[in-house]
Amino acid sequence: MTADPTIDVRLGGRIGEFDLDVTFSAPPRGVTALFGPSGSGKTTVLRAIAGLQQLAGRVSIAGEVWQDDQAGVFRPTHTRAVGYVFQEASLFAHLSVRDNLLYGHRRALRAGAREAIAVDEVIALLGLGPLLARATINLSGGERQRVSVGRAMLAQPRLLLMDEPLSALDRAARDEILPYFEALHAALAIPILYVSHELPELERLADTLVLLSKGRVQAAGPLGALETDPTLPLLGAADASVTLDGRVASFDQTYALTTLAIPGGSLVVPGQIGATGTHRRLRVRAADVSFSRGASHDSSILNSLPARILSITPQDSPSGQVNLVVALGGDGTGAHVVGRITRKSQDRLELVVGAAIHIQIKTVVLVAGR
Amino acid sequence: MSDSGEIWTAIRLTLGLAFISTIVLLSIATPIAWWLARSSRSWKEIVAAVVAMPLVLPPTVLGFYLLIFLGPDGPGGAFAGLWGARSVAFTFEALIFGSVVYSLPFVVQPLRNAFVAVGSRAMEAAATLRASPRDAFWSVAVPLARPGFLTGAIFGFAHTVGEFGVVLMIGGSIPGETKVLSIAIYDYVETLRWTEAHILSAGMVVFAFIVVLAMLLIEKRLGRVLR
Repeated sequence: MTADPTIDVRLGGRIGEFDLDVTFSAPPRGVTALFGPSGSGKTTVLRAIAGLQQLAGRVSIAGEVWQDDQAGVFRPTHTRAVGYVFQEASLFAHLSVRDNLLYGHRRALRAGAREAIAVDEVIALLGLGPLLARATINLSGGERQRVSVGRAMLAQPRLLLMDEPLSALDRAARDEILPYFEALHAALAIPILYVSHELPELERLADTLVLLSKGRVQAAGPLGALETDPTLPLLGAADASVTLDGRVASFDQTYALTTLAIPGGSLVVPGQIGATGTHRRLRVRAADVSFSRGASHDSSILNSLPARILSITPQDSPSGQVNLVVALGGDGTGAHVVGRITRKSQDRLELVVGAAIHIQIKTVVLVAGR
Repeated sequence: MSDSGEIWTAIRLTLGLAFISTIVLLSIATPIAWWLARSSRSWKEIVAAVVAMPLVLPPTVLGFYLLIFLGPDGPGGAFAGLWGARSVAFTFEALIFGSVVYSLPFVVQPLRNAFVAVGSRAMEAAATLRASPRDAFWSVAVPLARPGFLTGAIFGFAHTVGEFGVVLMIGGSIPGETKVLSIAIYDYVETLRWTEAHILSAGMVVFAFIVVLAMLLIEKRLGRVLR
């Protein structure tokens, strides 16, 4: 148990209107998103993990116990190797950008933390160089949040907690800051717990999803698996889509097309999008997927793949459509993809669970570099 | 010559009293203001009201109770008995005690406001950056509340310089010990020494102007820092 590299959280208690009872584990690397509507207890859980708020339960990070009620352990926040990014940047107004960045760095090293990430690295990663001498009041919203993330990372955390870090920003600032977060995701060797109620944000960043609803964990697992689970609300969302991990396999000079390998098949996308072997996150929207009985070679759509039907569920709307989840590959062992078709098409193609089928993907959206 | 000597004695005494009182005030008011700003206890406003009472009480009433408190039959008398005195009233130390009680609300209030403005978020951020509560208080709360400290110190100092009623009740008018400026002016007027009264009063007018101007400038700065 002590050598457990994962994050283990078990928290309970009464908050406001409902009882909170949240148990989940998160992998030691990558972004785990706590996703749910406002008031589902996401922020409370994050605050309790940081020790800013006390709930009953147990919290352990890579074998280090931060809270264990049975053993009478509750470590105060400043003794937890945690990085916390609040909704508002919460920078120290009396310090320059540089001194804000160094505030936690200095204290962490004094407390004996190993310097896993250096000041210059963070400055380069988040593009903070030109801001260092500035006073914090002269920064834009996006700049402030970047400094806040840098400040948290330099405290040498073993776990980075981010509480809707983009929600206070306008659209332009979000677009400015997201690429930095993606770079962070790739560069950081520590796990990130990311709270949000914005699905598009999570599709870009999250690897693992913990779905919260009214203080309970509704489901937890890899992002792609939850997106295609017919018992969860993600599948029924108006803009339902699935996130795939693609590895650049080859580039066709003649047509300028890149082939990406995904579990159970490969996809072709226009343009040269990276060196062979690099990973790219891809998104396929349900609305861009169509189905046929056999392989179609007389279509403009390049991506036509064999698959097997995993589930057929009616869409919760008066449109009369159904959501079709398929597993790629002739044997149906590949990545899951979701499509949305009318009941008429379903009947005409005689689609049933388990049937072999071909799917056509009109558009593959490149989400971000990994 | 003896006149100007008398005046200087009163000025020196007043400045000394105000200086020491301000230091004592800041060291007492800071923890009270911090607690009032941060605590979530429902009865904290009762404490706040007790601290603020001198704002409303007539100074003579406050002085009367302080006199009883410090006098031979009060705790002050028992305390004075330790070194064979009858009472601690009518001493310089009594004036410091009275000034601190009387001026406390003028220091606590701006400090409390400043600490409230610092907010709990900044303190939480400091805690997540490995700062212990004590460390965070000195490295975040105090620097951010600096305008409040300046305002509180100036208020405490100025208020001590100008106080009359409490001093009259517990200090009397002993030259070099308890005869501060405001008492001296009163004495000069009583004995029709208008020139001395004029000099001291005009000096106080200039002092008051400087204090108010300084306050306004700090206020402006405070507004800038927090925006």
